[in-house]
Amino acid sequence: MKLSDYEAVVGKNIIEELRVLGKRLTGKVVRNVNSTAVGGGVAEILNRMNPLLNEVGLRAHWSVIKGGEEFFSVTKKFHNMLHGKDEALSDKEMELFLQTSEENLKNMDLSADIIFVHDPQPIVLIKNKSRFKKSKWIWRCHIDVSQPNAQVWNFLKDYVEQYDASVFSSPSFAQILKIRQFLISPSIDPLSDKNKELSKEKIEEVLKHFGIAQGKPIIAQISRFDYLKDPVGVIDVYRLVKKYIDCQLVLAGGTATDDPESSKVLAEVMERAKGDNDIHVLAIPAASDIEINALQRAADVVLQKSIREGFALTVTEALWKAKPVVASAVGGIPLQIKHKYSGLLSRTIEGTAYWVKQLLNSPAYAKRLGQSGRAYIKQNFLLTRHLRDYLLLFLALYHTEDIINI
Amino acid sequence: MKKLKKAKQAFTFYTRLHLQELTGYKARDLKGLLKGIKELSGSVIYHHTHRFLQQHQFLSPEPPNDFAYWVAEVLGEHKLGEELASVDVIQFSSIRALREKLIQTIENHIRYMENTGRGQFRVSGMEEQFHFIKTISFVFPTSYVVHNLLEFVESLKKVTINSIYFHVFEAKLRLEKSINDFSYWIDTNCGENELSKELARLDPYTYTLEGLRTKIINLIEKRIK
Repeated sequence: MKLSDYEAVVGKNIIEELRVLGKRLTGKVVRNVNSTAVGGGVAEILNRMNPLLNEVGLRAHWSVIKGGEEFFSVTKKFHNMLHGKDEALSDKEMELFLQTSEENLKNMDLSADIIFVHDPQPIVLIKNKSRFKKSKWIWRCHIDVSQPNAQVWNFLKDYVEQYDASVFSSPSFAQILKIRQFLISPSIDPLSDKNKELSKEKIEEVLKHFGIAQGKPIIAQISRFDYLKDPVGVIDVYRLVKKYIDCQLVLAGGTATDDPESSKVLAEVMERAKGDNDIHVLAIPAASDIEINALQRAADVVLQKSIREGFALTVTEALWKAKPVVASAVGGIPLQIKHKYSGLLSRTIEGTAYWVKQLLNSPAYAKRLGQSGRAYIKQNFLLTRHLRDYLLLFLALYHTEDIINI
Repeated sequence: MKKLKKAKQAFTFYTRLHLQELTGYKARDLKGLLKGIKELSGSVIYHHTHRFLQQHQFLSPEPPNDFAYWVAEVLGEHKLGEELASVDVIQFSSIRALREKLIQTIENHIRYMENTGRGQFRVSGMEEQFHFIKTISFVFPTSYVVHNLLEFVESLKKVTINSIYFHVFEAKLRLEKSINDFSYWIDTNCGENELSKELARLDPYTYTLEGLRTKIINLIEKRIK
């Protein structure tokens, strides 16, 4: 994709502003460092962001650290503990983490003006700061660290505070740190297969493929089969609505072969849905972005009844499609949904069902809510805003004042 | 169309972009909020009294500031929420003065509650804490440079809302100019004193940014027809 492709979505002036910012950073080498080249949200965003950074005049590089299975088991444990899981790291695990980090320190080319390190796996690379005195170092945390396990956070904090700046996705993830902390939300790409416009025919084709009836209202939750997304609770919501409104429920999500829990959740959902032909439980394989896009677009109401959430980009995707969304007030969802302005927030099964009925019976209100939601996403959560924030972040590294003339 | 005067000096439309910086400071009750308002930088006050203007501009001109919203919706202090919401930001020409007004409003409320035996203030849940954030502004010129009112109004139709925002809100309050940039230029460079006054009289905080753009365009077009 080229920047000019986004003009039709966000307007020419917004793109022009990005080019102006890029000019202020022309020739700067930005080296992103993370732990995987494929799969996962970080790799996805770097794949989309780097070509745009290059287009506005920077030179974006991307390096990936190396590590064995055991190293990544330890960093997975870091991840869970940063989410608040009550576990402990052994001395051996710490040693393994540091040893692998040392090998990466020795072998990696880290020359750049700005070194942008993503998540905890490569965090120790900051030890090379003294070798690259003119470089600016940023640590980008993509994880919910609102209530981190103290052992792992204290361990990481010593490294974090050696960086020039840090970046978090939500205000609630902010910490008391000696370095600057910036707030940059994630984004969706409006031109990706998951979010681009689809023809009516394509949507109908997907509905037909999955055996979903047209003309009967559709409630949908498109999310992984995970207890924290409460798919069983969604069926309970549907049943309360179904008493008064003849509707269908679509529960669609990916299944991960390496996550035994997802198969268990799926089995429970199938059991709960048994005997009702209006409930469509769809285990969708990876790389089915067009299908997910079509199901979101076909829905009359989209739910995200999560018990806990990170940012919830599934909500962003649905709002971008101008869908009325009813979602739990957890994680990053309240950042996207202002109750009764850009969607509806709920906390219980009964409350969720109440709002779904309201929306299905008041299509004009549902439409207005959806349109406001789309406008809010357009303003705040698209890839172009994300690119703008990264450019501003790079500029901020060279200034200390709060009002900067560039 | 009226014959238009050439401006003494051209007007360059500037724009500004914002980056949000987290302070790490949080409040869970009214006294914590007050402490943050008193002690944190002016850029924090600016952020929480102006964020909604940008992020919610398509939805509604309300709610006007984060403090009012949090106090009413999270702490359930609706009276204080309304008092904070109705602080007339346009009246203040500096963040310092605005900060003082916010402090005074909250302190009066706390005193009143304590004097009437209702000094037990609600504490928010962990997930609903108030997070203090500050705004870093980046200001730069656009390619729109105009020499008379007609060029001005045509450019006003094209610039981003960020540019309008900068000249109307930020230049006046954050850079402590006594009047918004548009009114100043129209008066001193185009000799349109009445039109300048009309623009200065608008309360921009009660419009969405697109609504404000339309309003200013209409006023100028009415004048130059």
